[in-house]
Amino acid sequence: MARHWRAGAAGLAVLGLTLTACGGAKVGDSSSSGSKSSGKCGTFNLAVNPWVGYEADAAVVAYVAQHDLGCTVTKKDLKEEIAWQGFGTGEVDAVLENWGHDDLKKKYITGQKTAVEAGQTGNKGIIGWFVPPWLAKAHPDITNWQNLNKYASNFKTSESGGKGQLLDGDPSYVTNDAALVKNLKLNFKVVYAGSETALIQAFRTAEKNKQWVIGYFYEPQWFLSEVPLVKVDLPKYTTGCDADAAKVACDYPVYDLDKIVSAKFAQAGSPAYKLVKNFNWTNDDQNTVAKYIAQDKMSDDAAAKKWVDANRGKVDAWLK
Amino acid sequence: MAVALEKTTALAGVRKVPRRMVVAAILVAWLVLFAVFRGKQTLSLAAADLTGLHRWFNDVNDTIGANRNSNPLFLYFFNEIRLVIDNLVTFVQGLISQPSGGRPVPQIGWLGVVGIAGYVSWAVGNWRVALLAVAGFTLFGLQGLWQESMDTLSLTLSAVLVALLFAIPLGVWAGLSDRFNRIVTPFLDFMQTMPTFVYLAPLTLFFLIGPASATIATLIYAAPPAIRITAHAIRSVPVTTVEAADSLGATRRQALQKVLLPMSKRTVVMGVNQTIMAALAMVTIAALIDAPGLGKTVVQALQSLDVGTAFNAGLAIVVMAIVLDRVTTAASGREEAARRSGGRFLTWRRPLLGAGAVVVAVLIHLSHTYVWAAEFPGSGGLGSSIASAAATATTWAQDNLSGITNTFRDVVTNGLLNPFQSLLTDSPWWLVGAVLIAMGVVLGGWRAGVTTVVCVGLLVGTGVWSDGMTTLASTVVATVLVMVLGVVFGVWMGRSLLVDRLLRPTLDAAQVMPPFVYLVPFLALFGATRFTAIVAAVVYAAPVAMKIIADGVRAVPETTVEAATSAGCSTWQIITKVQLPMSRSALTLATNQGLIYVLSMVVVGGLVGAGALGYDVVAGFSQGQLYGKGLAAGLAIVLLGVMFDRITQAAARRTSA
Repeated sequence: MARHWRAGAAGLAVLGLTLTACGGAKVGDSSSSGSKSSGKCGTFNLAVNPWVGYEADAAVVAYVAQHDLGCTVTKKDLKEEIAWQGFGTGEVDAVLENWGHDDLKKKYITGQKTAVEAGQTGNKGIIGWFVPPWLAKAHPDITNWQNLNKYASNFKTSESGGKGQLLDGDPSYVTNDAALVKNLKLNFKVVYAGSETALIQAFRTAEKNKQWVIGYFYEPQWFLSEVPLVKVDLPKYTTGCDADAAKVACDYPVYDLDKIVSAKFAQAGSPAYKLVKNFNWTNDDQNTVAKYIAQDKMSDDAAAKKWVDANRGKVDAWLK
Repeated sequence: MAVALEKTTALAGVRKVPRRMVVAAILVAWLVLFAVFRGKQTLSLAAADLTGLHRWFNDVNDTIGANRNSNPLFLYFFNEIRLVIDNLVTFVQGLISQPSGGRPVPQIGWLGVVGIAGYVSWAVGNWRVALLAVAGFTLFGLQGLWQESMDTLSLTLSAVLVALLFAIPLGVWAGLSDRFNRIVTPFLDFMQTMPTFVYLAPLTLFFLIGPASATIATLIYAAPPAIRITAHAIRSVPVTTVEAADSLGATRRQALQKVLLPMSKRTVVMGVNQTIMAALAMVTIAALIDAPGLGKTVVQALQSLDVGTAFNAGLAIVVMAIVLDRVTTAASGREEAARRSGGRFLTWRRPLLGAGAVVVAVLIHLSHTYVWAAEFPGSGGLGSSIASAAATATTWAQDNLSGITNTFRDVVTNGLLNPFQSLLTDSPWWLVGAVLIAMGVVLGGWRAGVTTVVCVGLLVGTGVWSDGMTTLASTVVATVLVMVLGVVFGVWMGRSLLVDRLLRPTLDAAQVMPPFVYLVPFLALFGATRFTAIVAAVVYAAPVAMKIIADGVRAVPETTVEAATSAGCSTWQIITKVQLPMSRSALTLATNQGLIYVLSMVVVGGLVGAGALGYDVVAGFSQGQLYGKGLAAGLAIVLLGVMFDRITQAAARRTSA
């Protein structure tokens, strides 16, 4: 009995579905993506490195390339090493926010000659040691490195072996912290959190529960608009003071973040290359878009549209 | 390690008391020598320091990269493989996930895919799993993750297909030939324990950024279970059956086709099942080299610590895993079930299958033609509800639990982890090496001892000995916790089918949910510490131990338990005197698997504060000049895995003998 019933039900379902379907719109009726202008731009392969600031850069550049230049933008989510590797294999056209990375420049620009520089983004990268705002408020003298030893015991954790803990994050970023601790004779131990996620969570908890945390951080970074971390002053940076990695005893330099493109992409003279070369904005601009993405949870495209609509003048300058 | 293995011996019972004494003697000798030689010859290496071997690895990697475009091996071999796999994945994506052939939507829309999923599940399994499949696939749409889910499904199916193409023939071969089995086993160990991070970057050199690299990364990890289980299935066909076929004059080929393969089909399907699960475990890692799908959603959400969105996508991965798991499990048991349900069902099956096929064809046609059946309607409102619920729960836990959790962390860290770690890292390397070898011999016998000698030697050679010992300490502590949980919950599940049914989906979820989704709240609770890494490993490894122990307890003959009950034993006595001792081979197997699973979380641990080998691997992935060190650290993880696998397996054989 049950089998008959099932077959009957199936038959009815088919009939029902077919009938209701007749009312629906057909695929390709009107939606044949009319905005596909056949510009001479072609495909533009944009690497997206895994941090929100970069995502903001990529969102805006991709939006402009798509809507003003008619490019077909392919975003590729990649870590730095792999993105640079992609220059040689032709899988990546541009990297939009490069933090120093002299090792990669040496390997791919001067060595393999598969990549070339494409100017600065206008963003200033600041690296250093930061403390949560409550701590800087409660102990204002903590922002001077000479006072760090005084507070070392407050920074003790289960991981730091009796010394103060200096928390480091994602190993992708430039760090001299182990050498700094040694050369400044600080009673601290570098503990490797291992990821940006772990680092941000540590600062977030510290601010909320008034815990003692000092760690490596950087700006521009979306998290600073949630918890405005305070930078600790290390001995001032002077040119060449970081020449010998083992003997570094000074602060990190301010990095002028720059753009790198594949050599082939630069020669082909696509309008997208011109856009990348001219792309330039401030830390505030990037933080605005990063905030749209990270805190207001907007999609990349929506965030880019909002910023571009409000800053048409800047965008037009890139397109000249 | 000492603690876990001592436990194994302890369980071995009265007959092996002398061995227990030997182990105790070794430990005492270790402590005495530790006091004397503390801090000498510890082979420690700072985070940025390299050895000659590490630099050599770097050079090899650079040379390959520089010569990529002129090397014939690349031009005619790797490029061809890449093309074939790229085309396969793109084809499947064009069918179900990505716009293709000038259409704004894929060839088959959601209605068609749901129809196919239900129909196939019913055809290979039964009505119940078909309903589950339909519900699960519909959920992806309601979560607002239809396209991402289909991308993940395309990649997983392609990887599994390619993996099985190689794995089943290799498995059959390994099942037939002992020699080949011996050769292939170390390679399989290597493929399963080598952290993916180590070969992710080189893979993109060989196969470029794109679906091919992601598929190959996935299949390297996912193929070994299918090979192992197929080999095991062929081996477990009764010898008498094969002999009977031989005596009837069957050729080798006939024996394989008519006897061995049909008789081992059921187990082989379980291998397919394990391969699918392993492939889904790679979803987030493959996203780091631009693999499309749910992994990307998770990774991107976590950049802004958006646990809710990450959980929503993680949940879709879990649901997909559960659907595929239940369908393949049902498929492996279908014939048996069909035979039991009698002939009437079989006579109706054919016409019903035919009718179903017609229905599915109509659904496919509709979803190809009409917009409403092609694009999932609605805006995924359920997804945002799930996301905000998960976010609220996370915030609540972080706000209310952190006091308790910190105390717990400090007790475990200071009471167990720190002393043990300093014993391992501050002892001279030769002392720890000698202890490991002695333990290997005592617990596993001479052959295991020889393996341990080789592994210890190679570990010293990798240049990351000290980091290796730090990782070892956390690994052992995690394994002990895994076994404690495994015994408690395993016995509970083994004794009550209801508890088993209720817990199993949670255990499945813990195994396939991308670790970072639950690690963000753990980071808030425990900070970036080794303890957080241990918790992550326990969450991942405990379910395996629980399942194995539950099976072991259930396998204890009912009559034995009844006899004990009638003899007036209390529940506690039955558990400790009957059920646990009688399932001791399950306990050793659980220790073995628990350890291997804990080791596979070492890299994730490196991302949340464990440092040591895990951090070395992550750093090697992120920084060119540390690549060689990362590779060496990866090798060290493999060596630790192989060493403990051989010792525990040999110990297991002894206890069951």
